[in-house]
Amino acid sequence: MPTLGADMSDGTLVAWKKKPGDPVTRGEIIAEVETDKAAIDVEVFTTGVIEKMLVQPGEKVPVGTVLAIIREAGQPASAPAPQAGPGRLKISPSARQLALELGVELASLQGTGPGGAISREDVVRVAKAGGMRHETRGGTGEQPLAPVAEAAADRLLRMRQAIAAAMTRSKREIPHYYLSTTIGMGRAMAWLGEENLKRPVTERLLYGVLLIKAVALALREVPELNAVWKDGQAAQSRAIHVGVAISLRQGGLVAPALHDTDRQSLSELMQNFRDLVKRARAGSLRSSELSDPTITVTSLGEQGVETVFGVIYPPQVALVGFGKVVERPWVAEGRVLPSPVVTATLSADHRVTDGHRGGLFLAAVDRLLQEPSRL
Amino acid sequence: MTMTKTTYREAVRAGLREALQRDPLVFLMGEDVGRYGGTYACSHGLLEEFGPERIRDAPLSESAFVGAGIGAALGGMKPIVEVMTVNFSLLALDQIVNNAATIRHMSGGQFSIPLVLRMATGGGRQVAAQHSHSFEGWYAHIPGITVLTPATVTDAKGMLLAALREPDPVLIFEHAYLYPMEGELEEAGLVDISKAALRRQGRDVSLLTFGGSLWKSLEAAERLAAEGIEAEVIDLRVLRPLDTATILASVRKTHRAVIVDEAWRTGSFAAEISAQIMEGAFYDLDGPVARVCSAEAPLPYPKHLEDAALPNVEGIARAVRGLLGA
Repeated sequence: MPTLGADMSDGTLVAWKKKPGDPVTRGEIIAEVETDKAAIDVEVFTTGVIEKMLVQPGEKVPVGTVLAIIREAGQPASAPAPQAGPGRLKISPSARQLALELGVELASLQGTGPGGAISREDVVRVAKAGGMRHETRGGTGEQPLAPVAEAAADRLLRMRQAIAAAMTRSKREIPHYYLSTTIGMGRAMAWLGEENLKRPVTERLLYGVLLIKAVALALREVPELNAVWKDGQAAQSRAIHVGVAISLRQGGLVAPALHDTDRQSLSELMQNFRDLVKRARAGSLRSSELSDPTITVTSLGEQGVETVFGVIYPPQVALVGFGKVVERPWVAEGRVLPSPVVTATLSADHRVTDGHRGGLFLAAVDRLLQEPSRL
Repeated sequence: MTMTKTTYREAVRAGLREALQRDPLVFLMGEDVGRYGGTYACSHGLLEEFGPERIRDAPLSESAFVGAGIGAALGGMKPIVEVMTVNFSLLALDQIVNNAATIRHMSGGQFSIPLVLRMATGGGRQVAAQHSHSFEGWYAHIPGITVLTPATVTDAKGMLLAALREPDPVLIFEHAYLYPMEGELEEAGLVDISKAALRRQGRDVSLLTFGGSLWKSLEAAERLAAEGIEAEVIDLRVLRPLDTATILASVRKTHRAVIVDEAWRTGSFAAEISAQIMEGAFYDLDGPVARVCSAEAPLPYPKHLEDAALPNVEGIARAVRGLLGA
């Protein structure tokens, strides 16, 4: 069970994407795991052939538990692979319906009903796996009413608890300092307007990706902020993986990584950002996306907020908050003009950096946004 | 509401007596209903009380006396015709199906047949294949008639009285095994003959049954409860018009259904119920609908073979366990 966040102590195996005997390549999706924050796809870290699954779907196990044994390719299997029948899934109509309502993938289900059929109970078990309530075996073990609402409420409750744990830890352990600066966005918005005229609607850029890219490039100049706090000291990360805060429709949020943010073009960032939002809301993030962020960017501009004083997500050491791009009187070369501006706020861990470095970072973000064509 | 301990037979007799007392248009006719007091003693004492005009022994011709009952009903009477067993009623099938069930429709509503036809059904008493079959499901196929299967003493009396209020033919199937059964008679007046009755609440499986099989199903439910399986038991009690809503509501709750029907499986009324569940609650099912029916053979005379052929408590419990994978 991989650790997918600083505060993750255990996770629930939702489904296997592979079966014994299947060859797997490093980086391939091997399983789906539900943590307190989200359902995520687990990438396999080695290449080989799956020998045996040790954890069954629905089981909640501590971080570090061996989920499966992978043998090197070429070695003989110790047991024959089960025959993969091409037949239809053996699932009761009611279980199929319930799985649909609960958003449980059929492939993740293992039947325990008569003849191995998937029953409602099997669906409920997967949906509730890792839930707070004790399941009583025997009988159907479920209340007939409102299972959909229950499972969703359960998930939300667990996410809330995870956020609570992380934020409490952050405010308890991290001495935050905050720096705020207002950045003129006249050039950036004008460039964006022209650039988007050249692009088909589906490839148009949102100003948000300019902000994300500017943060990523500014981190090259102030790498102390691109780090994680580990064992009493900061460990700088060579790679820049900006985590972007995404609110979920049912409540709660996740902040998965846009990998190597500084190396992606704006078009790539836009496309990957869209994909990330979509998958975050569909509950299909990858494990590395949740565990890799080296800094978080959050924007509440859509809600009309002008300044965001964010709470750092441990073990990261910084968070950048952006407000809304608004028209404000702006003095340039001695003249007052209306101009779009945005307020950028840095929340940083004072154990790792001081205001001086933080200020340099914000200045770099500002400077980069004045040359949008180079982002 | 008062409760009186009585037998099913006495409850039927009480219903007959009350009907005869209340309405001078009511009369009872059938083989051996008078001097012999009824093959199952349901009309014992009624000849003495009401006289031969109203308690009429009929010749051994089902077609003739059922036809006479239809004629009397057409003439404004309210006949209760007793056929000894459902097997013998087949001799009157033409009268029942082609006349009783159709005259209202074929006369454009000019005539109705307020006929109540009672008969014994079912096996388990070692009276062999000529007396033991269960054809109530066949009759439930016919539009134009109401088909009742009282299983409790209260229904035995209350359904008879309710049937007499119907303007069209009502067939009442009394499971012969139940006649000596004792039970609490609720003096609740008429029984609602449009509704099935929930006899036991449960969450894991719906046992859908009627007539004599009700008691086997309830006993099976007891046995299953000891194993942690809670079976709901629905007494259909009206096969036509079938209370589908109650069946579907139960299946939607438990997600599993076992139908217990003493008729033969093939083409049985259990098959009809199963089809209605598929039509109305397919996406609520957590397993295939199961049926417990009689073996597909004329009901044998020897006790061990008869027992083996009929639905029994353990067989019902086994069907439920099979559905639950228990």
